[in-house]
Amino acid sequence: MEFLTPTSLQEALEAKSAHPDAKPIMGGTDVMVELNFDHYRPATLLDLTRVPELAECDRDNGSIKLGAGVTYTRVIAELGDQLPGLAMASRTVGSPQIRNRGTVGGNLGAASPAGDSHPALLAADAEVELSSLDGVRRLPVDEFYIGVKRHAGRDDELITAVYITPPQGPQQFCKIGTRNAMVISVSAFSIALHPDRKEVGTGIGSAAPTPRRARDAEIFLAEALEADGRWESRGALPEGLAREFGDLVKAAASPIDDVRGSAAYRLHSLSVMARRSLGWAWDDYTSARKA
Amino acid sequence: MRITTTVNNERHEVDDVWEGESLLYMLRERMGLPGSKNACEQGECGSCTVYLDGVAACACLIAAGQAEGRDIVTVEGLAEGDDLHPVQQAFLDAGAVQCGFCTPGLIVATHDLLARDPRPEDSQIRESLAGNLCRCTGYEKIIDAVKLAAGRMASTSAGGGA
Repeated sequence: MEFLTPTSLQEALEAKSAHPDAKPIMGGTDVMVELNFDHYRPATLLDLTRVPELAECDRDNGSIKLGAGVTYTRVIAELGDQLPGLAMASRTVGSPQIRNRGTVGGNLGAASPAGDSHPALLAADAEVELSSLDGVRRLPVDEFYIGVKRHAGRDDELITAVYITPPQGPQQFCKIGTRNAMVISVSAFSIALHPDRKEVGTGIGSAAPTPRRARDAEIFLAEALEADGRWESRGALPEGLAREFGDLVKAAASPIDDVRGSAAYRLHSLSVMARRSLGWAWDDYTSARKA
Repeated sequence: MRITTTVNNERHEVDDVWEGESLLYMLRERMGLPGSKNACEQGECGSCTVYLDGVAACACLIAAGQAEGRDIVTVEGLAEGDDLHPVQQAFLDAGAVQCGFCTPGLIVATHDLLARDPRPEDSQIRESLAGNLCRCTGYEKIIDAVKLAAGRMASTSAGGGA
């Protein structure tokens, strides 16, 4: 096995180009588990922890450029105000030791349907930056996930950053698990309200082959809020609206039975989380007017 | 490959490290430092918690090569000679050590918590130690130990304690 340790982004891209089969490793919270259990033995490990560009978190024209190597601990500390949905999701990742090492970039690289950051990235319309020696491209995050633990990045590309424009409205994240810490989600849901463009963002985790949006639920809710002027009035939600939203979120999922939970439980819990998180988000939106 | 690293303030050179092995394996099997315990090898139990450049992390999830040139502190590095660190002494005094397997990880995690927050509330203690499993389920005594250590360290740093 080879162990490559680039110390700049250029070196990292050159290494990935020369070794397209190299496995990138950052916090190691997924990659090392596979190595420790001998599930997987790559010919080359590409250590990205010494690439300073990946550890940066910048403002860029109103959006946030979150370097692929920024840890969950830093997301919570540095982005909690602007990206509360992602920060909430980050707080549910593992333990302090795991959050000190794990990164959003690594979560994207693993592309597990259960990754905690995905629902919040989907709800916020995040874009994934993929870089290679041939150039840099950005992909909407919902086009990034293409299968169970598979993503749209090419073998010569590295995930270098995520761009997120902070949603103008409230954001929420919910996750069901067997305890309150150190848990892989049984199901997860995130919502973001975008009152500036009268849109709703959603993200579903652990309830389909990939993280995915609930498009019909988004459109239904945005249209219902627009139809009775509720984006402007910020009045209480009509009876049954949140429940119908929850049902549409449930309909967007296609979960399986596995060791963590049954498909039926995942569907039910998703509808409940969607209904409740809409309620919380709308409460935030209503109180923002009063404030 | 050869790894050069600083562990507990001592520079070490280790040869013949396999590129896919963890820092935990290197510490225990190649450097004679068995304090960090090997239990789950997947970051679930916290028994191998060490500091990497001052940041608490599971040594089983750090590739040995990622430790090259870095500064590691293990549970063996917390005591000063024969004088136990106040966190270690508090774990003994509070009866927070049963079989002892989880203790090194909990000591490092507690050391890290008290460095960030010298007087944590119970909820903060539980949250901060959520990644350390004790299968003897001695959690109440462990929380007592954290509070005992916090109290002793606060009185020492305030100059009023013995």
